[in-house]
Amino acid sequence: MWLFALPAVLINVVIILIPALLTFATAFVVWDGVGLPVWAGFANFQRMFDDPVFWSALGNNLVWTLIFLTVPVIMALVMAAALLVAPKGRLVVQCVIFLPRILAVAVIGRISQGMIFSPVTGVVAWLNEHGFSIADPLADPDRSLYAVAAVDIWHWWGFLTVVFLAAMRQISIDQIEAARLDGAGFFTLLRYVLLPGIQPTLALMMILTVIWSFQVFEFIYIVTRGGPAYGSEVLATLAYRHAFFEGDIGQAAAVSCVMSLFGLCATAVYMRLQIREGAQSA
Amino acid sequence: MTETRWGRAVALTLIGIASFGSLLPIALAVLNAFKTTVEINLNPLGLPARLQWENFASAWRNASLGPSLLHSAELAGLTILMVCLTAAPCAYVLARQQGRGWRFLGFYFMASITVPAQLYLFPLYFLFAKLGLVNSIPAVALIYTAMLLPFAIFLLRTYVLAIPKALEEAAQVDGAKPWQAFFYVILPMMRPGLLTVAIIVGLNAWNEFVIAVTFLQNDNNVTAIVKFYSLTGQYSTDWGEMLAAAIIIVLLPVVVVFVLLQRRFIEGMTAGAVKS
Repeated sequence: MWLFALPAVLINVVIILIPALLTFATAFVVWDGVGLPVWAGFANFQRMFDDPVFWSALGNNLVWTLIFLTVPVIMALVMAAALLVAPKGRLVVQCVIFLPRILAVAVIGRISQGMIFSPVTGVVAWLNEHGFSIADPLADPDRSLYAVAAVDIWHWWGFLTVVFLAAMRQISIDQIEAARLDGAGFFTLLRYVLLPGIQPTLALMMILTVIWSFQVFEFIYIVTRGGPAYGSEVLATLAYRHAFFEGDIGQAAAVSCVMSLFGLCATAVYMRLQIREGAQSA
Repeated sequence: MTETRWGRAVALTLIGIASFGSLLPIALAVLNAFKTTVEINLNPLGLPARLQWENFASAWRNASLGPSLLHSAELAGLTILMVCLTAAPCAYVLARQQGRGWRFLGFYFMASITVPAQLYLFPLYFLFAKLGLVNSIPAVALIYTAMLLPFAIFLLRTYVLAIPKALEEAAQVDGAKPWQAFFYVILPMMRPGLLTVAIIVGLNAWNEFVIAVTFLQNDNNVTAIVKFYSLTGQYSTDWGEMLAAAIIIVLLPVVVVFVLLQRRFIEGMTAGAVKS
């Protein structure tokens, strides 16, 4: 029977497991990717901890995590509840808000640069002409991270809404009707009936949010490349820069290890949730 | 009753705002793709004086989108084929076999769903460079396969779990070997699952960026998304032409497939997310 699993296991081991172990090893050498690696002990980690950009990137990952644990989650919860009480045309609305999720990040990134944030050709330019004075947020080290986060939220929250709505529809109608008969308004219903009803789904999505927030790469790399002045640099873009622009693979590997360590903690929680559910359904 | 009506009004308003917000950037891109650069500079939100269909022609020509769209299609097709071929048998044994080793394998695949590309990307790149596998579409398809396999295995596993065991047992009583039972009994019943997997895998392969931009670097193998990305900088000037290219690359192919098969998209992408 094990022959059935062999191709899948083999591909996973060759492409993911062995290179991942090599990354751990690489964190302890100095290597430019071409010549022979030289043993360096903890020097890569020492250099990383001395680098202020590493700390600000780590901080940006934490900010990103906090943003994504709150803003899109609240937006999606409210929206899913709204679609639950006003079901007319729900299928179409679901498709519309889900649509951004299937578009390529590279294209969304370019559209946001040119058509939204650009002070020449974007909505920002239009606002400036109509009495609002807004500078290009992508050119501001203090605001670029939030501007990119806004684009990612646009891309992400509709998906979250669809997930929450599917979970809410599993709550028994009787429970919802009873609350409404008792005079519960929209937000009371959301807080005391719907939220507890989808708690397992909510927990899973929050854990996945933490995992993905420490891996965020594409949006930032495409829209700001971590800039300006490292203002939106995160661990993943920092590691990529070390590896492919500075040819410092050991340093890149050290950053990757730290990044994965955070992910690993969240993954442990994720596994517990999944295994508990697996045990229940078995 | 007034309470309900008020609540419904709030809900409808929210739904309206949300739908508008979701469509606005896309609508803006479509609108501006038909304008001249001068028009976009004058008023980004204005309507075009005349529909500039030339934008599409020059985007197609200048960006040589034709070959890059073919590369993307080849890459997506190869990835779909490899994922379906390897995930289906693996999902089958993981659904049917009990015991420690199999449970461990299930946990292993589950954990590898959450591994970031940065954990294996760097050694993999320099390894592939040594082996001459950089700039090879099949090599990138292999990487995508590894990335998407765990998702495919868990989705297909739920399909296998829904198939009654009695069916394969009957086949085995009739003398079928395990691989025959899988091939002739299980696989045909997994078809709807395989279609969902194919759609999601194809979408991911088509849209993928990090691996594609790192591993496919010349005109003989660059994907449409990376081609588009490298042609356009942050302070690009010819936005009309650029947006026309964007529409050819994503809005048309992906959105058409999405509209036709939206149920499968949503099913596949939300699989495993909803807990009861």
